[in-house]
Amino acid sequence: MKATAEVQNLFRAIPFGAINRIPWWLSAAVVAVGLLVLMPVAALTGIAAQGDAEIWPHLIRNVLPSSIVDTLALLAGIAVVAGSMGITSAWLVTAHRFPGRNILVWLLPLPLAVPTYITAYIYVEIFDSAGLVQMAMRDVMGWTSRSDYWFPEIRSLYGCILVMSAVLYPYVYIAARAMFLTQSASMLEVARVLGAGRFKLFTVIALPLARPALAVGLSLALLEALNDIGASEYLGVRTLTVAVYNTWLNRGSLPGAAQIACVMLAFVVALILIERYGRKDRRYATSAKRSRVVHPAPLFGGRAWIAAMLCSVPVFLGFILPCAFLIREILRGSLFEQFDAEFLEHLLTTLGLSITATLAVLAVATLLVSAARIAKSPLTRSTLFIAGLGYAIPGTVLALGLMTPLVTIDGLIGTIWRYLTGERLGLLLMGTATAIIIAYVLRFLSIATGSLSAGLDRVSPSLEDAARTLGSSRKDMVWRIQIPLMRPALASAALLIFVDCIKELPATLLLRPLNTETLATQVYTYASRGRFEDGSLAALVIVLIGLVPVIQLVRSAETRLRRPERPDSPSSSPSL
Amino acid sequence: MNLTMKFARGLLVGAAAIGTLAGSAQAADQALNIYTTREPGLIKPVLDEFTKETGIKVNTIFINNGLEERVRTEGENSPADIILTVDIGRLAAAKDYGVTQPLKSEVLEKVIPAAYRDPEGHWFGIALRGRVVYASKERVKQDKITYEELADPKWKGKVCIRSGQHLYNVSLIAAAIAHMGEAKAEEWLKGVKANLAKKPSGGDREQAKDILAGVCDIAIGNTYYVSLMRNGKDEEQKKWGEAINVILPTFEGGGTHVNVSGLALAKNAPNKANAVKFMEFMVSDDSQRIHAEANSEYPVKAGIKIHPTIASFGELKADNVSIAEIAKLRKKASELVDKVGFDQ
Repeated sequence: MKATAEVQNLFRAIPFGAINRIPWWLSAAVVAVGLLVLMPVAALTGIAAQGDAEIWPHLIRNVLPSSIVDTLALLAGIAVVAGSMGITSAWLVTAHRFPGRNILVWLLPLPLAVPTYITAYIYVEIFDSAGLVQMAMRDVMGWTSRSDYWFPEIRSLYGCILVMSAVLYPYVYIAARAMFLTQSASMLEVARVLGAGRFKLFTVIALPLARPALAVGLSLALLEALNDIGASEYLGVRTLTVAVYNTWLNRGSLPGAAQIACVMLAFVVALILIERYGRKDRRYATSAKRSRVVHPAPLFGGRAWIAAMLCSVPVFLGFILPCAFLIREILRGSLFEQFDAEFLEHLLTTLGLSITATLAVLAVATLLVSAARIAKSPLTRSTLFIAGLGYAIPGTVLALGLMTPLVTIDGLIGTIWRYLTGERLGLLLMGTATAIIIAYVLRFLSIATGSLSAGLDRVSPSLEDAARTLGSSRKDMVWRIQIPLMRPALASAALLIFVDCIKELPATLLLRPLNTETLATQVYTYASRGRFEDGSLAALVIVLIGLVPVIQLVRSAETRLRRPERPDSPSSSPSL
Repeated sequence: MNLTMKFARGLLVGAAAIGTLAGSAQAADQALNIYTTREPGLIKPVLDEFTKETGIKVNTIFINNGLEERVRTEGENSPADIILTVDIGRLAAAKDYGVTQPLKSEVLEKVIPAAYRDPEGHWFGIALRGRVVYASKERVKQDKITYEELADPKWKGKVCIRSGQHLYNVSLIAAAIAHMGEAKAEEWLKGVKANLAKKPSGGDREQAKDILAGVCDIAIGNTYYVSLMRNGKDEEQKKWGEAINVILPTFEGGGTHVNVSGLALAKNAPNKANAVKFMEFMVSDDSQRIHAEANSEYPVKAGIKIHPTIASFGELKADNVSIAEIAKLRKKASELVDKVGFDQ
């Protein structure tokens, strides 16, 4: 072991010259992407700078203290609840066998397909004071008033934590499961032989090793939560995001809203830094040779049932309950009638937008990550960091920040067009779906860069070193080594992004052209009429479409991660 | 199937989708483009009628937050002809943002009372809604109430309301400031806050639902929701609607707080002639009737039949504070909500 490491270090010490630098066009492309992401942020700070500090005394006195506390409480609550749901279930299904485990492996990630705002509405319908559960309780018990009994309030901070955790825990689960599965089995077995109990195995070995995955999963979940406006507002939690909206809409102060949004960006940067810190200075690369996969130990009796229950609760809360409610509403209102040509058109629009955006994100992310892998320069590193910002900006704010630059570009194109043809062109970007695609790319770029970087981090540099010594060019390295090695990461990023695009609401709502509806905007339309239930069909279709990539994601992850040991060749390495 | 093939196929689908979208945007040039914060379902009957009568194709985009911002940013290339929205807050914002243009129209000025349109012709109200009290049929016996009384300690723990920062409530509180002055309004709002049965959340319908559930006895909501609940096809919502009586509250020395839904001519309207035609169409007897029926709003035109459910609330005595005045006080009202911690 030690000898190989020394040889590797020796190779790294040799200056490879040109091969460590990236060609000028790639640098230019990296800079362009960085600027693209910075565009809305810059527009936002520009808007913020226009405003004066007039609203700040009011904000500091009356708004910020409580909304910062609420935001922190919400994030902390989700970190604890979603974090423990995700980690516990991932560990149990990975390290143990118990009744239902094989099905649970498939079911646990499914809440990813259910949008948060939909779950929030459903939970209110079910658990609110006049909701299904409480009404049934009254019928049975003969209570007449809300004051006759105690029941937790769903429209509250705790309700919001529950709803969001039920939907967001899969981010933690997926990351944790992948990490647990790829942890070297030998380490766990050594510990077992040395007498470590089940619990100690988990807390002392598995959990610390899985830290980077947890940091990534949790920070994604928390960013999603921070971003949310629909669910938290509906459940009566006044987060910073809600404060941004109130300042903007009720006090007509877009600059003020932008200023709060900048404060929020501080939270976001903090979250991203936490995630980076989680991965800092740790080499998690396993050698090209795969290590043996953990062998799950069977659980018996009461323990087995407790494990089964612990893993079923998240699935029930995040997936089965919402779906059952939607199906009930569809049957109750015979909503199948809504399935007409128009509905089909919305469906196709949703799919077209999501697929196009997903491909665009993958292309941009591959470019960034490859460039960063070849040349670890400040340029590539800072661009990767900047790429993470888009995910953090609330959809509406991002859309607002995008509008000005896009229209400016439209104006330029229009002027040139008129000069050339003498005709009026209209808005090429804002007037078409291009604006939405650009917004999706900015918003979801970091999912792809995160997943691809993590994927490449796990690949030992020795593979590339070997290729270099064998004289392969930079182009070869990208096409024949990096991209094939990133393929599983590319696939999983693609699926995650696709699901997110299908669910995306705020930016779509603000940027879409005339006569264009997606399924999500349909649901929103019904909800804003106070007739959320009528949108159940659209909501269920969103979930069903989302299920396809989520299931695909699980399948590829499961087969890849559990592939039997093949000592002769690394599992996904190309033939050199 | 290999990855490249998958990508290529996906790209084709995506490109086709963009192609169709771009095509529809192009076709918009010979029609009428409406940017609306009203849900398409609510205005569709009127739009269909307009297309039937004039042959003009109507394109719509339903945007809620950020509509004015978008029109402003789109600037002179904006396809927007008409801005259709609810609440004086939104209409005044559109004017302040500079995305509207003044219109002189005898037709509109004759039908719409001066109180419900912009003096300079930047926006016109087409229908009215009252912000009223929902009272439990079982537990509330009185049939009169003032807004001031909502702060009376006798209602302690019995009042429900949606977020104080919601458009509708901000306008109501602005009206209170106009009547009482800022200091008294603050006291009043504190009193209402002290009477709340629970933290403000949900929409107006949820408040009716809470009354049914016995969480509170009275709530604040808009008139049309009651009709939508009682006359909709949802059995559960019917129960919410039937659990309440509507009391039309008044300000001391004033009337019931009324707000408008209305429209404005976009500043750079590419189809201005069609837009004006549409605006005048909106105050015709037919469209006022259809609109009043579909939305259960009070028609702005005199002599049009009010929806029976709405008419059953009794005669509406609209408040004397002009809505233009309310628009000016909204910012203050919103700050007041934060100041008394109404939503916390």
